[in-house]
Amino acid sequence: MGTYHYHPYAYRTPPELGGAGSFRHRVVIVGAGPVGLAAAIDLAQRGIPTVVLDDNDVVSVGSRAICWSKRTLEIFDRIGVGARMVATGVTWQVGRVYHEERELYRFDLLPEGGHRMPAFINLQQYYVEEFLVDRALQFGELVDLRWKNCVVGVDSDESGVKVTVETPDGVYHTKAEWLIAADGARSAVRGMLGLPFEGRTFEEKFLIVDVRMNGDYPSDRRFWFRPAFDPGESVLIHRQPHDVFRVDFQLGSDADGDAEKAPERALARVRRVVGPDVDCEFEWSSVYTFRCARLDRFVHGRVIFAGDSAHLVSPFGARGGNGGVQDADNLCWKLAAVLRHEAPPSLLATYERERGWAADENILHSTRATTFITPKTAAERQLREAVLALAPEFSFARGLVNSGRLSKPASFAGFPGFAPDGGDVAGPLVPGSPCEDAPLLDPDGRPDWLLAHVGGPPTVLVFADSAAEAGNISARVRAGGMAGARVVLITPTCGAAEGAEVLADREGIARTRYGGEPGVTYLIRPDQHVLGRWAQFDEAQLAQSWQHCLLGGAA
Amino acid sequence: MTQLRRDDGFGGDGDAAYEALIEAHRGLDDAASGALNAHLVLLLANHVGDLSILRAAICAARAGLSASTGPEPDRSPK
Repeated sequence: MGTYHYHPYAYRTPPELGGAGSFRHRVVIVGAGPVGLAAAIDLAQRGIPTVVLDDNDVVSVGSRAICWSKRTLEIFDRIGVGARMVATGVTWQVGRVYHEERELYRFDLLPEGGHRMPAFINLQQYYVEEFLVDRALQFGELVDLRWKNCVVGVDSDESGVKVTVETPDGVYHTKAEWLIAADGARSAVRGMLGLPFEGRTFEEKFLIVDVRMNGDYPSDRRFWFRPAFDPGESVLIHRQPHDVFRVDFQLGSDADGDAEKAPERALARVRRVVGPDVDCEFEWSSVYTFRCARLDRFVHGRVIFAGDSAHLVSPFGARGGNGGVQDADNLCWKLAAVLRHEAPPSLLATYERERGWAADENILHSTRATTFITPKTAAERQLREAVLALAPEFSFARGLVNSGRLSKPASFAGFPGFAPDGGDVAGPLVPGSPCEDAPLLDPDGRPDWLLAHVGGPPTVLVFADSAAEAGNISARVRAGGMAGARVVLITPTCGAAEGAEVLADREGIARTRYGGEPGVTYLIRPDQHVLGRWAQFDEAQLAQSWQHCLLGGAA
Repeated sequence: MTQLRRDDGFGGDGDAAYEALIEAHRGLDDAASGALNAHLVLLLANHVGDLSILRAAICAARAGLSASTGPEPDRSPK
């Protein structure tokens, strides 16, 4: 792995082995991958200390998850790492799909402007983890990162979790009020609890090769069905930072994985994709098969599963890493509210319900893509080839060509805990939707973004004629029972006020996206999902809806 | 006169329709799959009930057939 240098993080003897008293932590997180680290940072931003246990002492070995979606980048931005991810990553939004030598079509994932975050960036998982670790370290004692701490025992009851941990200095026992198992596809915690992990295994083998290439190879995602240049069934190529490219080869089910991933052989294969004139250097290769599976329940007593430990998808659609970070986003504010006794533990049932739904959606889309990419019978192949043959001429057939339906945020419209939509506010952002970004101006007329002012605490977002209303609205929100809420006013022109964040919507994009007639009020959850929206500001309704949300939608 | 439809007829849910067609063949051998396709063609053609559309579809299908049965790339392991 020539372009990335691994720096092991220092192991330190845990205080439990230093002889100092007994410990009961608020939250123990197992796994310092993207999901566990995002959760630790999110909880730290909410003032909740965590202990993060990881059995290794380096970031992800191999590039692994590389495609990060707009919604995930918005979450990374909320936890303070979005700008660094985007600055380092390769931004792309155009995908091109080929059949043999012919380009069937191309798609643009973000055809409209006015979003701070791009549709997708490609960034190797080792960078994502490194940046998350750096961010976590900024919280000092709030995030206790413990490397080479391998969890070997978990025992959960109604009051908490006992954890047994193996370290270079020996074994220790510790306790936590809650445990987040973010320990990946082969989750040891899942195994210790003896939980069945049911789903469907696919036999097809895939080879991933990361190569470093000099030259002007394009940044678009390119996918070939039955490429003329490779004996495999499909090839996918993605650009990563520092001129590193990911090439994904479909080998079939009978291939000899060890032989195929040998550097020289893999490199020769890549050369047939990119042409003989491009200079390639081998970085990393891996052969994988995959399965789609999920836990029936994500919350087991005081143990909460998030990311791959809870649900596994095929890689088509980039729904694994993105789905996992979105789990953390959904979970952390709820867990913080439970730990602060602002909400009953039953609020966590909404995490299970919402992210279970999202996992099902991700599994459905990734399974359909897998079916299309890997036809298993003559009949499946005939149908697939017919779609590809009709695609150039028939747009309906282009719509059926499935090289992966790329990760989109789940909508929880109609789920318990969200306010019913009265239908009197225009625009698609019904309760349960993730918020849309929009370009705004701060009180000094500098460019700003809507999503930078939404989330953290619950947010009351009001469209108003002028900043003069801010003081009154803010006072009424607080008097109405939402003392900790963030109050944001969106006005046509720049202004400032006490007690509220005032932003100007000079281009009118926020107004269009939110149906923002004067008076229109949104209540937004800490994870930037619309909780309720109304044509008129009503502080009693806001407070009532927030309480309803904290009760998990129970009457 | 109505023309053969080219755009998505499933309101954005084409993936579900495709999945249903794939599932319809599950557990069938090649001969049974061929027969299933014939049944489907007759049922759907009758449902459309428009001879000019049927003829246009036959024409497009035959054109597509020549596109998908072109020379096979050499797929032997290299």
